[in-house]
Amino acid sequence: MREITLPISDETIREIKVGEPVLLTGIMVTGRDTAHKWLAETFIKKTRAPMDDDLQVYEELKKLLNGSVIYHCGPVVSGIETKEYKFVAAGPTTSIREEPYQADVMKHFNLKGVIGKGGMGPKTLKGCEETPGVYFHAIGGAASFIAQSVTKVLGVYKLDFGVPEAFWVIEVKDFPAVVTMDAHGGSQHAVVDESSKKVLDELLAKPY
Amino acid sequence: MQPDLTEKILELIRRTSSSLPADVEERLKASIEKEEPGSAARGALETIMKNIQLSRQNSTPICQDTGTPIFYAYYPEGWSTRKLKEQIRAALAEATKRSYMRPNAVDAIYDKNSGNNLGGDDFPYIHFEEVDAGQPLMIELMLKGGGCENVGAQYSLPNNQLGAGRDLAGVRKVVLDAVQKAQGQGCAPGILGVAIGGDRGSSYVKSKEILFDKVGERNADPELAMLEERLTQEANQMGIGPMGFGGKTTVIDTKITGLSRLPASYFVSVSYMCWAYRRRKMTVKGDEVVYD
Repeated sequence: MREITLPISDETIREIKVGEPVLLTGIMVTGRDTAHKWLAETFIKKTRAPMDDDLQVYEELKKLLNGSVIYHCGPVVSGIETKEYKFVAAGPTTSIREEPYQADVMKHFNLKGVIGKGGMGPKTLKGCEETPGVYFHAIGGAASFIAQSVTKVLGVYKLDFGVPEAFWVIEVKDFPAVVTMDAHGGSQHAVVDESSKKVLDELLAKPY
Repeated sequence: MQPDLTEKILELIRRTSSSLPADVEERLKASIEKEEPGSAARGALETIMKNIQLSRQNSTPICQDTGTPIFYAYYPEGWSTRKLKEQIRAALAEATKRSYMRPNAVDAIYDKNSGNNLGGDDFPYIHFEEVDAGQPLMIELMLKGGGCENVGAQYSLPNNQLGAGRDLAGVRKVVLDAVQKAQGQGCAPGILGVAIGGDRGSSYVKSKEILFDKVGERNADPELAMLEERLTQEANQMGIGPMGFGGKTTVIDTKITGLSRLPASYFVSVSYMCWAYRRRKMTVKGDEVVYD
C-alpha cells in the first residue's frame, strides 16, 4: 500500500499506476458540481464576473489546491449552527458530471489529483497526462468509514452553495483510495467499459 | 384520536439511513467470496461491509447522499393524511438537524438548498394508500441516492439500435444495455427494478415501488421469475464488478413488474438501486410501533 502525503510532487504522481491502492494524508478540499461550474465560469473561461467574496475565495483556493487534490464529495456535516464542524458521512460522489470542467480546473490550479467515484472520461484522462495528475477512486457509499479518516475540518468556503456543494477544507489521515486513472494514459474505466461492451454485444446476439 | 407519530417516524428515518436491511447485507457478504483475493473488487466489498457495521453502530448515514426520501404510507380508513404528511415533514427536518440526513432539497430554478430537506410539495415524495379501518398503519421508507438515480434508464420499444422488439426478449436486451451503460457509476453492485408498460411517469414510479420487495423475492409469473434470475446472471457476465473496478458482482438482484400500457406505447423503465439499498418499514398497532 502506497502512502502519499499531500501536497504531491510530479515525480511521485508519475510513479503511480492504475490499480494501486493508496492512503492519502494531508490537507485537501471538497468540491463538486456547483463548485466546478463556478470555478470554470468565473476564473477560467471568465464568462461571469467575480462578485461578493469570489476573488478572496479564489486566492485562498489557489494556495490550498496547488499540488493537492480536490475531493468530489457532498458531506453530511454536524455543527452547522455552532460552526463546530465535523464530518459525519463523507463518501465520494459520481465524478463524470465534472468531465466538462475537470481538466481545465486541474491545469489552472496545478491539482495533482481528483478523488471521486465512477471514473472520468477522455478529456480528464488527457488532463491527467498534461498536468500531471491521477484519479483516485474512493469506495462509493462507504461514507461513515471514510469520514473516520477526516481528522479535522479546517474551514469552509461558499457555504451559501449549500452544505453538499460548499468547498470544505479538511485534514485527512490515511484516506483510502485506488488509482483508476494515471498520468500515463491508463484508465481502468476505459478498459472495463470496452470489455463489458464486447460481452453485451455477445449477449444481445443470443436468442431469447 | 389520531396519535402524533413524529418521533416514531424520526426513528424510522434514523434506522433507514444508518442500518442496511439484513437481506441486502447477507447478499453483499455472500458476494465477497466470488471476487479474487487481493483484487480491488474484493477490497471494495470488504470496505462496504466495514462501513455497514460502523454506520449501524454509530447511527451515522451509510452514504452521505441520503437520497430522495420516498415514503409509502398505508393508512387505515378515517386517518388524516394531511396530519400524517405534516408529521413526516417535521420528522425529516429534525432528522436533518441530527445529521441522520443531509440537506438534499435544492430548488432547481433558483439553485437554493432549503437546508432542511423540505422542498415543495414533491420533496419528500409521499404516496398515500388507504386500507381497511381495522388494519394497522404502515409506513415504508426508501432512500435512493442521486448517483444511482442518474443511471436509471427508460426505453421506448421497439429499439432498433439494440434490436429490441415489444416482448420479453426485447425487455432483456434493453435492461442489459442499461447495466452496461451504468458501469460503476450507480455504485455497483446494484439492484434492478424493472417496470414494463405504463406511461413514462407511472412506469418509472413502478420501477422504484418494486424495490420495496425483499432481495430474492421472485415474480409470481414463472416466465418473469426466470427472466429476473437470467438478467442478474447475464449482467454479472459483463464483468463490471463492484464500483466498476472489474469483477464478478455487478448486480445482486433483479425485480420485474408489469402495468397496463396504451396500444401505442411500450415503455421499459429501469431503476438502478445502489448497494446502499436503504429501505425500512414501521407498523403502528395501537400504542405499539414495530420496526422491521
